[in-house]
Amino acid sequence: MKLITIAGPPSSGKTAVILKLIEAFKMPQGSIGVVKFDCLTSFDNLSYEAAQVPVQMGFSGKTCPDHYFVSNIEDAVQWGIESGFKLLITESAGLCNRCSPYINSIASICVIDNLSGVNTPRKIGPMLKFADIVVVTKGDIVSQAEREVFAFNIKQVNLTARIIFINGITGQGTFMLAKHLKNALEIDTIRDMRLRFTTPAAVCSYCTGETRIGEPHQRGMLKKMEFKK
Amino acid sequence: MMTVSDFMTLLNNDYLALVIERYPITLDFLANYRLSDLATDGLLLDALAGVEDEILEEFGLEPYDLLLNLAVFLRTFSETRSAIGGVTSITINGGINKLKQPENISLTISAGEVISIVGPTGSGKSRLLNDIECLAQRDTPTRRQIMINNQPLDDTQRFEMDGKLVAQLSQNMNFVMDLTVREFLEMHAKCRLSPNVNEVVETCFLCANDLAGETFSDDTKVTQLSGGQSRALMIADTAYMSDSPIVLIDEIENAGIDRRKAIMLLAKREKIIFVSTHDPLLALNADKRIIIKNGGIDRIIETSTEERQSLALIEKLDNQLLKLRNHLRSGDLITKELINL
Repeated sequence: MKLITIAGPPSSGKTAVILKLIEAFKMPQGSIGVVKFDCLTSFDNLSYEAAQVPVQMGFSGKTCPDHYFVSNIEDAVQWGIESGFKLLITESAGLCNRCSPYINSIASICVIDNLSGVNTPRKIGPMLKFADIVVVTKGDIVSQAEREVFAFNIKQVNLTARIIFINGITGQGTFMLAKHLKNALEIDTIRDMRLRFTTPAAVCSYCTGETRIGEPHQRGMLKKMEFKK
Repeated sequence: MMTVSDFMTLLNNDYLALVIERYPITLDFLANYRLSDLATDGLLLDALAGVEDEILEEFGLEPYDLLLNLAVFLRTFSETRSAIGGVTSITINGGINKLKQPENISLTISAGEVISIVGPTGSGKSRLLNDIECLAQRDTPTRRQIMINNQPLDDTQRFEMDGKLVAQLSQNMNFVMDLTVREFLEMHAKCRLSPNVNEVVETCFLCANDLAGETFSDDTKVTQLSGGQSRALMIADTAYMSDSPIVLIDEIENAGIDRRKAIMLLAKREKIIFVSTHDPLLALNADKRIIIKNGGIDRIIETSTEERQSLALIEKLDNQLLKLRNHLRSGDLITKELINL
């Protein structure tokens, strides 16, 4: 089975891109499965089910979505293999710009949209920096100049990634994305493989349910802001 | 051509201020790592010694990595030749239509040529445009082949285009940046790494005003431009700043912009232009037009002498409408005398 990981900010068009990508692969129905990692709730399962794509949903709830991803990804792979998929796609919403659910040697795609502002690529961290391919959506409604500046800013952060413009509504551009992904690595497990970047660290009192505000209640690994006089 | 190790030598020997002076884009790199406040009156590595470890750690970097990253960054952005330079012609070799009938055509279009594409909605215009964009090599549903400079392309070459082959312009496009016209153009020029930013910005600005029905100043916010002014600015910008050798124009509205002049401008800039339009003025102004039917190219018509001659009349009709529009705009009444054909 091949594995592809896709991440991107909320509402950037990940699900639309994945659905069009599945179409572009032209593989028999049931040979591609999706695992969607989200935080609280998601309605994307409806879109996948409508397209008759087998899908599993996972919600990180009160834990960090990246920690949740890495704790469950091997199980996801095993589910995919047991289901007889030829390809498994994971979709995760990067909520803090610090997320990067990418694994060494596993095809990694970041989806961002042109409407999010030209400087956004420079603000997204590892999620953009460590992707193999950056998919840019919603380019059909902004000017050519903005598309070019956007692509330039992506390149600033990730010098080697391929940038592919995709229209999530018509699917324009997915043909090339599918072509790129034909060579994704075949795996039967990803045990002992490594993440491309560390997950955000957070082991503090608030992780374990503390809700009170103030120094006395803050324990563990914390980062304090410095307010200049 | 500077190599990465040349840039490393530079960074290890020259003060940061000098590096920035020679490669202003260094500032962008530093800003990306929250290092805009670095001391520049010394070497980068020394300046980094004063930075809290935590900042670099958050980006997963050691000071030396940062130096190397900057060297690679400068090397990448000082590259002058791109994969899309030197496109002088594009050839469309026919495939099949939706009824699996062969298209039996081969059309070569050279830089500076204008081709219009006509056909009802859903007839397959976007399939053709998709094929051009991904440089189809008989591997898309249409089985068409697109050649550049009379050569077929392998996958590596196709990937290298990185979506830069085709610049697009359509009615649905808007500006989303909150910048003035000048700031907008400067930003685009900067990322083209233009050596003479002011000059190209000025050229673009004057040209956009020339195309627009109503003039605008360079301190207008791009989001406040009228539809026609926006289109004019986008066209001028594409003509002078976009690298893309192919321009695809999707039905530009006729209000407030000199469409013919706009297309001529792009042609003069040696672009290969496709105009998807049913506007007779634009369609007949093209050298040839592609007729799309049943998901395929049905025919290619060369604009006839008769058609070219009728252009003058169509233009008159068009001007007539334009005049009416201007009358309306300035609050006048529309009288029968105004509509004397």
